[in-house]
Amino acid sequence: MFEEDRVSADRPAARDPLAAPAALSAPVTLPEALAGAEPVESVCTPIRMTYTYTPGRALSRYLRAMADKRILGERCGATGQVFVPPRGVSPLAGAATSEVVELADTGYVESFNITRVPIERRPDLKPPYCSAWIVLDGASVGFLGLVINIAPEEVRIGMRVRAVWKPDEELETSAGNILGWEPTGEPDEVITDYERIGRVEASDP
Amino acid sequence: MAAERTAVIGVGQTKYAAARRDVSMAGLLREAAYRALEMAGKTWSDIDAVIIGKAPDFFEGVMMPEVYLAEALGAVGKPIMRVHTAGSVGGSTGCVAASMVQSRVHRCVLTIGWEKQSESNAMWALSLPQPFATSVNAGAGGYFSPIIRRYMMMTGAPELIGCMVAHKDRRQALLNPYAHLHQHDLTFEQVVDSPMLWDPIRYSETCPSSDGACAMVLVDEAGGDRHPGPVAWVHGTAMRSESNSYGGRNMVSPAASEQCADDVFAQAGIVDRRAEIDAVEMYVPFSWYEPMWLESLGFAATGEGWRMVESGATELDGGDLPVNCSGGVLSSNPIGASGMIRFAEAAMQVMGAAGEHQVDGARRAVGHAYGGGAQYFAMWVVGSDKP
Repeated sequence: MFEEDRVSADRPAARDPLAAPAALSAPVTLPEALAGAEPVESVCTPIRMTYTYTPGRALSRYLRAMADKRILGERCGATGQVFVPPRGVSPLAGAATSEVVELADTGYVESFNITRVPIERRPDLKPPYCSAWIVLDGASVGFLGLVINIAPEEVRIGMRVRAVWKPDEELETSAGNILGWEPTGEPDEVITDYERIGRVEASDP
Repeated sequence: MAAERTAVIGVGQTKYAAARRDVSMAGLLREAAYRALEMAGKTWSDIDAVIIGKAPDFFEGVMMPEVYLAEALGAVGKPIMRVHTAGSVGGSTGCVAASMVQSRVHRCVLTIGWEKQSESNAMWALSLPQPFATSVNAGAGGYFSPIIRRYMMMTGAPELIGCMVAHKDRRQALLNPYAHLHQHDLTFEQVVDSPMLWDPIRYSETCPSSDGACAMVLVDEAGGDRHPGPVAWVHGTAMRSESNSYGGRNMVSPAASEQCADDVFAQAGIVDRRAEIDAVEMYVPFSWYEPMWLESLGFAATGEGWRMVESGATELDGGDLPVNCSGGVLSSNPIGASGMIRFAEAAMQVMGAAGEHQVDGARRAVGHAYGGGAQYFAMWVVGSDKP
């Protein structure tokens, strides 16, 4: 039921904002057996989860090609955009990608971050280190990786890079086969999209 | 048939802190809920439905909290719904709660967003390894740093604009009793000299990790009319999302962000956004997002957002478009609540209930939230006058 007449006329106007709400300020009486007991404020309960990951067709092809030091992207037939790693779908068109494309292991730095704090999962990464979105030659989207064999302060947006692969005997079906990206020494890519990119209209899925 | 006019009549917030060890998760929510009910002059029995939102379950490891919390939130025998849109969730939850009233499904709704980061590991939850990509990013800072770097390069903004935003928000937080960070003696130089974490993001340009909850009570037009205190009328709500990886994506000002803003301002009948809006609470977890969102939301022309910051236009003290008078996400970040705090603080401004951080005579205000890889957006416009 909706009873507006229950609205109290003496609404607290200027009460202490940090005062406990009236309903929560009533004292709690503990049974005698608990008098003086130390309250438990928190209990640590670690959680571990192990997943079985089914990559699907596009990522299976991508991961298998990785073992041969090849990078496979996939092209959308509707927009022509090339995605890597391929997820089998073109987000703008809402359509399945229709063509497998082999990409070069070279590209340029779209933008980058210099991490100066250690991260839990990669104790092998000693700060400062540089992570970057790499746009591979022929790809339409950036690809996350480390920039190595250069001081982080010298990395530039537009810098040309190539993949540094693991030794052949250590290759797996894993994106980890690429240890990082090193400068090629070529002239920087000329970045032409500083201006706001035109609005992209969402398509019907 | 036009939507039911909807009003916020109650706002409740907890004190935000690094660790609220004095309360359980349920206790935290009840503290915010009771404050909102008190301001609204309502009791649990007046509430028709409860709409809640928080960040991924991975954070605290509590799966389906809506089930566990139903009793604590007075939802037994009533509908309870949980909304989930990553960091924007507090905003989206406010939009969903409003839609329950606008659609005339319910007449009086309680909505709450929260996070208990002290019981969580956000860095872990946000950096789960994926077998098809290398795990090189350190949480959200590592993700947003390249986008900020891109904005700095595109606009040629002076290097210390981000520090100006951080210093402003931390000073404004001193006026908000609920803010987590109250750094009374923080100087601009200390912000500038704070260590780089995710270069170009400094420690002091980063949001804290907070526990907290924020609640609102929303009612239909008759309820708003009968309410004896000030109300905030909902003039528009909008949500948009997009993939964070497609060719030609503007990572600085995503298309979904611009579309969300266009929609909400059109609903509110606002043409000159900077002139017609009196206060903005936007989601700025890293300082540079203030100038970036000023542009994306159409308060400044492309490349000009940093000039508004530099000129002091976004300060509570003397600015023409005060931004984050509450101290913003940079001063309190209970993730799942952060968007709802933006929405609630916008409502408080037009109710004239913002206390020390009140913008004089605020009549229309914006609440804004974003999440994921800057790919989920939620906004509302609230006003002191009925739409």
